[in-house]
Amino acid sequence: MSTLVDYDDAVARYDTVIGIEVHVELGTVTKMFDGAPAGFGEEPNTSVTPVSLGLPGSLPVVNGKAVEYAIRIGLALNCSIAETCRFARKNYFYPDVPKNFQTSQYDEPIAYEGWVDVELDDGSIFRVEIERAHMEEDAGKNTHIGGSDGRIHGAEYSLVDYNRAGIPLVEIVTKPITGAGARAPEVARAYVQTLRDLFRALEVSEARMERGNVRADVNVSIRPTPQSPLGTRTETKNVNSFRSVERAVRYEVSRQAGVLDDGIAIVQETRHWHEDTGTTAAGRVKSDAEDYRYFPEPDLVPIAPDRAWVEEIRASLPELPAARRRRLQGEWGYADAEMRDVVNAGAVELIETTIAAGASPAAARKWWMGELARTAKQQEVELAELPVTPTQIGQLQKLVDDGRINDKLARQVLEGVLAGEGDPETVLVARGLEVVSDDAPLLEAIDAALAAQPDIAEKIRSGNLGPVGAIIGAVMKATRGQADAGRVRELLLERIQG
Amino acid sequence: MSDLTRLSAADLAEKLTAGEVSSVETTQAHLDRIADVDGAVHAFLQVSGEAALATAADVDARRAAGEELHALAGVPIAVKDVVVTKGLETTAGSKILQGWIPPYDATLVEKLKAAGLPILGKTNMDEFAMGSSTEHSAYGNTHNPWDLDRIPGGSGGGSAAAVAAYEAPLAIGTDTGGSIRQPAAVTGTVGVKPTYGGVSRYGLIALASSLDQAGPVTRTVLDSALLHELIGGHDPRDSTSIDEPLPALVAAARQGATADLTGVRVGVIRELQGEGYQPGVLARFEESLELLRGAGAQIVEVSCPHFTYALAAYYLILPAEASSNLAKFDGMRFGLRVVPEDNPTAERVMSATRGQGFGDEVKRRIILGTYALSAGYYDAYYGSAQKVRTLIQRDFTAAFEAADVLVSPTAPTTAFKLGEKLDDPLAMYLNDVATIPANLAGVPGLSLPSGLSDDGLPVGFQVLAPAKADDRLYRVGAALEALLENEWGGPLLLKAPELEVGR
Amino acid sequence: MSTLSRDEVARVAGLARIDLTPAELDRLAGELDVIVESVARVSEIATPDVPATSHPLPLTNVFRPDVLVEPVDRALVLASAPEHVDGKFAVPQILGEDA
Repeated sequence: MSTLVDYDDAVARYDTVIGIEVHVELGTVTKMFDGAPAGFGEEPNTSVTPVSLGLPGSLPVVNGKAVEYAIRIGLALNCSIAETCRFARKNYFYPDVPKNFQTSQYDEPIAYEGWVDVELDDGSIFRVEIERAHMEEDAGKNTHIGGSDGRIHGAEYSLVDYNRAGIPLVEIVTKPITGAGARAPEVARAYVQTLRDLFRALEVSEARMERGNVRADVNVSIRPTPQSPLGTRTETKNVNSFRSVERAVRYEVSRQAGVLDDGIAIVQETRHWHEDTGTTAAGRVKSDAEDYRYFPEPDLVPIAPDRAWVEEIRASLPELPAARRRRLQGEWGYADAEMRDVVNAGAVELIETTIAAGASPAAARKWWMGELARTAKQQEVELAELPVTPTQIGQLQKLVDDGRINDKLARQVLEGVLAGEGDPETVLVARGLEVVSDDAPLLEAIDAALAAQPDIAEKIRSGNLGPVGAIIGAVMKATRGQADAGRVRELLLERIQG
Repeated sequence: MSDLTRLSAADLAEKLTAGEVSSVETTQAHLDRIADVDGAVHAFLQVSGEAALATAADVDARRAAGEELHALAGVPIAVKDVVVTKGLETTAGSKILQGWIPPYDATLVEKLKAAGLPILGKTNMDEFAMGSSTEHSAYGNTHNPWDLDRIPGGSGGGSAAAVAAYEAPLAIGTDTGGSIRQPAAVTGTVGVKPTYGGVSRYGLIALASSLDQAGPVTRTVLDSALLHELIGGHDPRDSTSIDEPLPALVAAARQGATADLTGVRVGVIRELQGEGYQPGVLARFEESLELLRGAGAQIVEVSCPHFTYALAAYYLILPAEASSNLAKFDGMRFGLRVVPEDNPTAERVMSATRGQGFGDEVKRRIILGTYALSAGYYDAYYGSAQKVRTLIQRDFTAAFEAADVLVSPTAPTTAFKLGEKLDDPLAMYLNDVATIPANLAGVPGLSLPSGLSDDGLPVGFQVLAPAKADDRLYRVGAALEALLENEWGGPLLLKAPELEVGR
Repeated sequence: MSTLSRDEVARVAGLARIDLTPAELDRLAGELDVIVESVARVSEIATPDVPATSHPLPLTNVFRPDVLVEPVDRALVLASAPEHVDGKFAVPQILGEDA
């Protein structure tokens, strides 16, 4: 077995070409071809009808909403929408495919020939050409049960749940992506990320990677120079996080370079991504894998999207993520790097709503990218999953802006909000955290502090303002942090000088 | 023997409506008849007597309560075993589905139930409807009531024999290349393949999706029209279902019964006669043409030159679609599972299950279809067959410009002996040479008895109409039926030998 | 153009997941060869100018509204399954599947 070549060495000597197939589960209410719920997390085999179970006699009928979503995706990817297209049967035997064929689009996809601009980490734009986007159905799920731990004594077997079978998918296939060079892994990751954002903006899918709503298959080949003919490619299946997409491409480049360095030819094969080791491994070679015996699905009729309908969908497309980001960045006055961090953290909508609730762009960013980002990281959740709403952050910031709390108290209020104690105002009152704005108790505390530390008081009186901090600190301590430190300083100086 | 079993469905319906007989009596009479003769005929795979009587009792009660009921309410019916029936074993004549109890009803079964037709049971058929003799059933042969040593036709031999043997006044068949019409022809009964899309396919265990149609199997043309109107019409669960109202079929049958065909152009298809057709079959065909002429019809000859390629195209399209439709029978989710020794893989269990669960003809066609679709052969076989289909449709279009209906013998021969063609698949396939073009083009067809051949066995007369003009079948069919029965002095089935009562 | 060898029949039977005995293979190879030769005549008239017809009637755009229907009763489905465990279909081990 060949050894891996260091990535930098590999890309110095080989040019990388990638191709990416992204599957997105559409967020329709029902499945692609029947009225079973297309939901998530139901009891096994309860979100099924005779159609999604492939029972004898059952027949498919196309979900019109899924077609509309596919057209939305196609248009957003700058594709042409087919005048007419149809479904075909892809025949292969596998227990999670209830009919032993997948109903998919083969030679006539609904959308073809498009492109999408992908923003890389340094802010540069890379254009990815799209070959096609087509509709198909998802398969069920297998769970492998070992011989010793299963209910069927002594046997290795699998359990199949068909709830996912028939959920509508759109598969988006790129043309070979050339010219990315050493940045191919980054381009791959950024492309998948761009699509994810697009699906969400189009409201065609929740597009949650961790739930498998978006899945990527990554094709990688390398060649001596960008002028050489394309090398033999491998296809790494089911790479299901942005980071893994990047790692999988990187790994394949290193691996293939090692193989070629040894004078061995790359085998065209399907490989599996192993998240734990960060490596790919060859899948089982199936002799008949390529003979899918495609033919037009006789139980379905062709789809010829009405041009007026297509235009109606085009007109209803929302502002797409890239354009929207550019607009918001301008409005908010963020630096490029700041905006990128916000985007990568998935905080664009959160910040937008926070600003709408009254916070300044700078304050909104400070909360979401600071305190809240740290909390989310600690709890290993997404920002959006924190138990606080952007509106609450807006309310919190307003309390600061109104001088009712200082930053330190604001963090305590936030802590209360996150603990489920209610809105900022409620927490503020319940915890008694309001800034002490009445001067009398402050003066009382200042006098006490000066009396307690006479030597420091003397220094200050003699004009040495160095140790004022010690007095302010004592006052803050005495008021349990509820005093406005600036006001304490003013009062202290007035006291001494007056 | 009860008189009730000899009545047509239309007559039974009238007596039921008038309160002269009850549905329970009628249903029981048919169940008794099944008990008497089905040991010899073996038309049924399952008899659901209890459920049928319960439906009958319910209909009787509703009728007594003055409820408005469907015209056929209370008239019992037999259903081909390729049609899915909730709670009633459905095997499609295959061992691979033995014991399968469907959790749902086919759309047409829902309609039968909603209209209150007691379901007597499920009828025998060639396995997955592949065959022309019912000898490919995994559950034994069905015998032709005219001669128990002969085939009842196929694939729907059970439904045709049940109706011919007075075990049921009505039956459901399915027709992919002639499986309703050819059995009707060889058993002296009436069978109709509606326009493709005219009757929902939801719940029919698919053989070839682009060819399959369910339709009525009866003893009279009017009964077929009544049943066709009940089971037909748009179904949103079948994407290929026609979203238009059916033509007035019963009215067309009643109009036809007046035997006036003035101005109707009847096209005789040149390619569907002559060589390969039994002389007695051709003689009865000619006589029927004369009767039609006498009733005012204008007889013209039409040519459909590509029909000679229909059989070849059919035996590519059907196996190709079937190979995919039948992939789901793999022992994973329902039906038979054959487990080889040594903790085998799913893949091996599938292959073993299919190897043992399917019969010879099914294996033959699945392998043929898999081959025709496999890499490198698609264009030459399946692709070419789909082009032939276009040419056959064009032939029909041209012919229907010259004629309102087209006619031919339904089958080239009368019923042959059981076992006679079992070892010669190609000879078996030739039985459907006259019925297949209609399936390829999607046009409707009807077969009715046109007399007995020299061997004393029934001959069928086929009427074909343009797509969605099923009413023409009924008008011309009912007219010819009236003219023939006038000659015979009654239905042809009166000439069938009485079956021995085996109880 | 058609000669369907015994090996070819064996390969296709494998694609179709049908175990055949050696005797079945012999017989089917002979029968299928004759049938294939007979049906191959379709290519005689299937010229490039003739379009293919996949559906008897030319329907397009048959869509279903995105509306739920009642799911099938799982108990009834599993009652007819060869084997089931915890509401799932139990099937023999699937080769190439991760444990």
